[in-house]
Amino acid sequence: MPAVQETVERVKRIDVDQYRYGFETLIESDKAPKGLSEETVKFISQKKNEPDWMLQWRLEAYRRWLTMQEPTWARVDYPKIDFQDLYYYAAPKPKKTVSSLDEIDPEILKTYEKLGIPLREVAMLEGVEPKPGEEDPARRKIAVDAVFDSVSVATTFKAELKKAGVIFMPISEAIREHPELVQKYLGSVVPTSDNFYATLNSAVFSDGSFVYVPPGVRCPMELSTYFRINERNTGQFERTLIIADKGSYVSYLEGCTAPQRDENQLHAAVVELVALDDAEIKYSTVQNWYPGNSEGKGGIYNFVTKRGDCRGANSKISWTQVETGSAITWKYPSCILRGDNSRGEFYSIAISNGYQQVDSGTKMIHLGKNTSSRIISKGIAAGKSQNTYRGLVTAHRKATGARNFTACDSLLIGDKCGAHTVPYIEAKNSSATFEHEATTSKISEDVLFYCIQRGLSQEEAVGLVVNGFVKDVLQQLPMEFAVEAQKLISISLEGSVG
Amino acid sequence: MALLEVKDLKVRVEEREILHGLTLTVNEGEVHAIMGPNGSGKSTLSHVIAGKPGYEVTDGEILFRGEDLLEMSPDERAAKGVFLAFQYPVEIPGVTTMNFLRTALNAQRKARGESELMVPDFLKKVREVSKSLNIPQDMLKRGVNVGFSGGEKKRNEVLQMALFEPSLCILDEMDSGLDIDALRIAADGVNALRSPGRAMVVITHYQRLLNYIVPDVVHVMSRGRVVKSGGKELALELEASGYAQFEDAA
Ligand SMILES: Nc1ncnc2c1ncn2[C@@H]1O[C@H](COP(=O)(O)OP(=O)(O)OP(=O)(O)O)[C@@H](O)[C@H]1O
Ligand SMILES: [Mg+2]
Repeated sequence: MPAVQETVERVKRIDVDQYRYGFETLIESDKAPKGLSEETVKFISQKKNEPDWMLQWRLEAYRRWLTMQEPTWARVDYPKIDFQDLYYYAAPKPKKTVSSLDEIDPEILKTYEKLGIPLREVAMLEGVEPKPGEEDPARRKIAVDAVFDSVSVATTFKAELKKAGVIFMPISEAIREHPELVQKYLGSVVPTSDNFYATLNSAVFSDGSFVYVPPGVRCPMELSTYFRINERNTGQFERTLIIADKGSYVSYLEGCTAPQRDENQLHAAVVELVALDDAEIKYSTVQNWYPGNSEGKGGIYNFVTKRGDCRGANSKISWTQVETGSAITWKYPSCILRGDNSRGEFYSIAISNGYQQVDSGTKMIHLGKNTSSRIISKGIAAGKSQNTYRGLVTAHRKATGARNFTACDSLLIGDKCGAHTVPYIEAKNSSATFEHEATTSKISEDVLFYCIQRGLSQEEAVGLVVNGFVKDVLQQLPMEFAVEAQKLISISLEGSVG
Repeated sequence: MALLEVKDLKVRVEEREILHGLTLTVNEGEVHAIMGPNGSGKSTLSHVIAGKPGYEVTDGEILFRGEDLLEMSPDERAAKGVFLAFQYPVEIPGVTTMNFLRTALNAQRKARGESELMVPDFLKKVREVSKSLNIPQDMLKRGVNVGFSGGEKKRNEVLQMALFEPSLCILDEMDSGLDIDALRIAADGVNALRSPGRAMVVITHYQRLLNYIVPDVVHVMSRGRVVKSGGKELALELEASGYAQFEDAA
């Protein structure tokens, strides 16, 4: 049985109430003292052997953060977070640089094995190639950077990527090995002062991925980062920086899980993308953090800042996200369309069930001439969840010929959930053409019954109908992710009806 | 043992009784026609047999091969061989007909403890059946019933019936919306499925369909009851004189 299939089968046997990745790995870890202070920041920087400029950058962010307030404008509701009651750094022990898989703690590998989605990635981590004759043409190689709690534990296919000139490594390593690139681009898209969570991240981020694709290079494989939170009371603050130099192309995938816990865990990542002239970045996310139990206890607070800068002419950045997890999602992957003729895209599937709260959307900031953007958002609310699309499309005075198309569709399952659409549109020049369409509908009982009359169970019927509803977005995902996302969607809606 | 036995069935919808003690027995291999004025409860009966939510059975029973059908979930009924061709088939955007057929067929097979049909076997079967029903292959690549004409939707119902090979087929007004040629093709498709192990209940307003699908028994329904049953000539009689005579009986 293929790994994915097996995972799905196993997952099906688990109660609705049980998050399937909710197990914890018993490994010793190396933690920073609880709470946040200049000392914590220094501790992290020291653990990472960072140069002084990096420490100063962090400290500046930290001092800035002290003056900032948590934002309250999103349609999410949660008790106040005590930022002094968290650990800001946890690294799996033994802590030494890991150069090959053999050196990784077997417990960590076992964790990866237990995870649904990354079973495929584990195979990749182990460098297992399909046997001749069994090759699936759709199954391309994927290089993986695995981030466990705060530390990147393994990056695969480094050599092969190096041959192509692509740099793909933990950002902590890039800070030491490619300081000129990091210094030039870090914080250039999301400044340290950007927002409360991004500023916090700038002060305490511990690891994440770094990608640089040199001019004219088409990255030879998909790049993927796999995030997992394991430690209790630990915030995960990863930082990703991707630079596509002139005329290059890269497709990047991000996946995540966390164990099941009673208390909430904080996740505040920052992702910065830079596309120079004629470059293209495709960034796909399948977010599956622990959503909390059926009473709304536990779950990840996912406060993420993701932004892409189409800095060069004719550049393109495309965000695709499948958001099924987290107790709270606060996330607006955005594009700054600075280069003339640049293009931004946002394709989103956001599913909320149980007591989940999602406030997600995008910002398309048109600055250059003849820039275009496209937003396709599919929100699915079930259970007692609240699902908000929040979007901003603006055209600067000089952004002549700016074009945007937005379509936001919401689907409600049951009558205790809510879907909301909050679009802001601002055109400061008359040549901009912005189109906006929005629909909200309830899943049709007649359609469900039709499917059930044909032999599908209630849950299979909901899964099928929802997968049809989100098809346009699923098609944007790389093939192997699309298949898994489809299954994940059905699974995350289990128990949503009936 | 009869394939389907409906005994003194009383059904309410939103506090209003629609079926007032309906009795109907269908044996394997038989084709029954149900005729009756609008609102007499024909679709209601078909929905209750298939297990659609929203109907409250207050009295009576439905047995399927002697088993209590009302105790089974609708998908179990489907897997046991109950098939309803809907009067108004729904659209399912984003789900291709092909994917739908395969998902449904495999769900039924799984429920019966059978293995999944291999893709090549499945495709071969779909191709055969769709060809005999004059359904073009590209239609199968479109979303289920999305943008299908009324006639195409009905043919898609017959296609599913042929594919799933149910033992009880209830056809609710499959002739409505079909042009003359399409009607013949669909009726031929239905006739091809007549077999000693399979029974059909054909709900229609028009004698014309029964020229193609010749019934063994014709029932007249009025105000929530079967008020008269007879041979195929009963349909001709109705065509000539209408339902007025039965309204009184009800
Ligand atoms: N969901 C419902 N809520 C209220 N009344 C209903 C509902 N469904 C059916 N009815 C009523 O039940 C009665 C029988 O309806 P049904 O659809 O079974 O008739 P029918 O014999 O199939 O009619 P037609 O020949 O027009 O298809 C009608 O009076 C109808 O209005
Ligand atoms: Mg009817």
